[in-house]
Amino acid sequence: MQSIMKESDPILEVENLSASTDNRPILKGVSLSVYPGEIHAIMGRNGCGKSTFSKIIAGHPSYNITDGDIKFLGENINSLEPEERSQSGIFLGFQYPIEIPGVSNLEFLRVSTNARRKFLNKEELDTFDFEELVKEKLEIVKMDHAFLSRSVNQGFSGGEKKRNEILQMALLEPKIAILDETDSGLDIDALRIVASGIKKISNAQTGIILITHYQRLLDEIKPNYVHVMSDGRIIKTGESDLALELEEKGYEWTDNFIKET
Amino acid sequence: MVNENSVKDVVKEPYKYGFITDIETEKIEKGLNEDIIKLISQKKEEPKFLLDFRLKAFKKWQKMKEPDWAALGYKKIDYQDIIYYSAPKQKEKISSLDEVDPKLLETFDKLGIPLTEQKKLTNVAVDAVFDSVSIATTFREELAEHGVIFCSISEAVKNHADLIEKYLGTVVPASDNYFAALNSAVFSDGSFVYIPKGVTCPMDLSSYFRINSGDSGQFERTLIIAEESSSVSYLEGCTAPMFDTNTLHAAVVELIALDDASIKYSTVQNWYAGDEEGIGGIFNFVTKRGKCLGKRSKISWSQVETGSAITWKYPSCLLLGEESVGEFYSVALTNNLQQADTGTKMIHIGPKTKSTIVSKGISAGNSKNSYRGLVKMGTKATGSRNYSQCDSMLIGDQASANTFPYIKSQQPNSEIEHEASTCRISEDQLFYLQSRGIEFEEAVSMMVSGFCRDVFNQLPMEFAAEADKLLALKLEGSVG
Repeated sequence: MQSIMKESDPILEVENLSASTDNRPILKGVSLSVYPGEIHAIMGRNGCGKSTFSKIIAGHPSYNITDGDIKFLGENINSLEPEERSQSGIFLGFQYPIEIPGVSNLEFLRVSTNARRKFLNKEELDTFDFEELVKEKLEIVKMDHAFLSRSVNQGFSGGEKKRNEILQMALLEPKIAILDETDSGLDIDALRIVASGIKKISNAQTGIILITHYQRLLDEIKPNYVHVMSDGRIIKTGESDLALELEEKGYEWTDNFIKET
Repeated sequence: MVNENSVKDVVKEPYKYGFITDIETEKIEKGLNEDIIKLISQKKEEPKFLLDFRLKAFKKWQKMKEPDWAALGYKKIDYQDIIYYSAPKQKEKISSLDEVDPKLLETFDKLGIPLTEQKKLTNVAVDAVFDSVSIATTFREELAEHGVIFCSISEAVKNHADLIEKYLGTVVPASDNYFAALNSAVFSDGSFVYIPKGVTCPMDLSSYFRINSGDSGQFERTLIIAEESSSVSYLEGCTAPMFDTNTLHAAVVELIALDDASIKYSTVQNWYAGDEEGIGGIFNFVTKRGKCLGKRSKISWSQVETGSAITWKYPSCLLLGEESVGEFYSVALTNNLQQADTGTKMIHIGPKTKSTIVSKGISAGNSKNSYRGLVKMGTKATGSRNYSQCDSMLIGDQASANTFPYIKSQQPNSEIEHEASTCRISEDQLFYLQSRGIEFEEAVSMMVSGFCRDVFNQLPMEFAAEADKLLALKLEGSVG
């Protein structure tokens, strides 16, 4: 299926990416290209390198790229700071959103949004204009306005934290979003809200990478491609039915692929 | 682990106020003895009661030992190697600002405290103190219309001797502690405030203390009296040039609140802190205490301590009046090799008295930041309450934070509540903010000001913005 001719250039191109932390190799040559409008899913056992992959794309300082390239809109971004990646349109939805006591959610969202807007040469928003914008976006994730006056993620339930992530995605309007287990810890209703939010935000110009363990998110958001990761490598790529097969047969089934390769 | 280098870069602080004003000064010789004290008193043309007060304090000081219980380490101070009086040379009697040396006005201008009629701050009356003397006090006539007295303490000694004699040393007795005794013996200048009965001071009052000489100590003395049902908000700011020697600053502040009176005392302390190797900087040994003498009186301390090589300071409240209230809100930021041992004492004496303590310590670099506080419930303090919250934030892994809360209760029918926490700015938090487009420096500064919010909310508005900027400045630097 990778042979299908693509009409436009890829948003994200990861070539043979290897990375380590504390001299321990985590990624061992990952290649992946995401074109506009595509949804990719990455599945795999815990500890296979999925979350690390997402953090490295976002620029986490704990990991060293030992080989390979990350290209975003054709530019190599290996050495860009995390904030530069965010400003230019890369979004990471955290598996465990971080609590930041004392910093108001509203102010955090505003500073973040303005950093992106500044990069896009758009006018930065004052408190009042931002209020208008954020009200509109709150609808997407069905969040109450009261969340804005609390500290960032502090005391939020698991589901509220994930919705807050999608709210940030809605405000930042990224070119590519990598959502790390955004579905974990959500009940069915919350999952639907989050999934419909992601669908509303994404369009023919954006790319999405869903990192997940479960089919239920992929029932809501149908991926174009499913990649199976094991021990820091993508060992199999297929279409959406691969996820169904995986759900049925379990990861043990994928162990055979490693032997083959 | 947070990337050490980048954190170090961020907390590196350019000290903006380190310049020296080149001005002719009148200094007396170094050293401390009875003759020096007599000379200071004579220069200030003081009445006899004050000279006696000084000499008595000096005798007590000679018998006292420098305290060593604080979690501070520093080279012994040679008290004979300090100049105890230094004043810019001026004309004998200054009748208006026009006669003040333009260099002095320029100095305060540069510090953001314009004093001249055209430029003075519109909503705050300022008393500007340069080394040992008060240079100017703005808005005096306007304040006088309300019966408010705001002048230097030297002037008050001349014009309001009765009030000085009645109240000086009644909150902080000369024998209170080593540094208070020293101050009582040699104090040079400072501010005096008197708010008459029923008057709400029409504007914020403020003193700005500037140390200019490298070899002279600053020993200012402030006295604020709020009569029945009056209220006042007082702000204090401080800076000093960068010297590679340590300068001693030992101040005494006394506040007195009568029935239903309230005093709000806010400090932004930004003395020179010394360089990265810990060379130079101010030794700040200060005794600040308020006496809630009247029923339902209230004294509120708020402080933002960012400077000094060493800070030894415990603004306290003596809660005598029934239902009187004491508050202490503090942010102390230390960096490099700075050391701070600061906190408060809330002494509940009267019944139904209430106190609140909120302390936020931030330590970066190799600095040491300690909270030391005492809450005491006396035998008559029935139905009294205290709430204390002491939080510490560590930046990097070389800094240290301590909390020493002392609690003494002699009254079973009283409540004391203490909460403490320590946190570290984690790499995960920084990465989270950065991954949302927020630059490293701004991320640190957002978290620090978030941490301090409970205290900043207590500061007067102009001051809160100032404090936020000051912390951001202290945490500013080039990253990467």
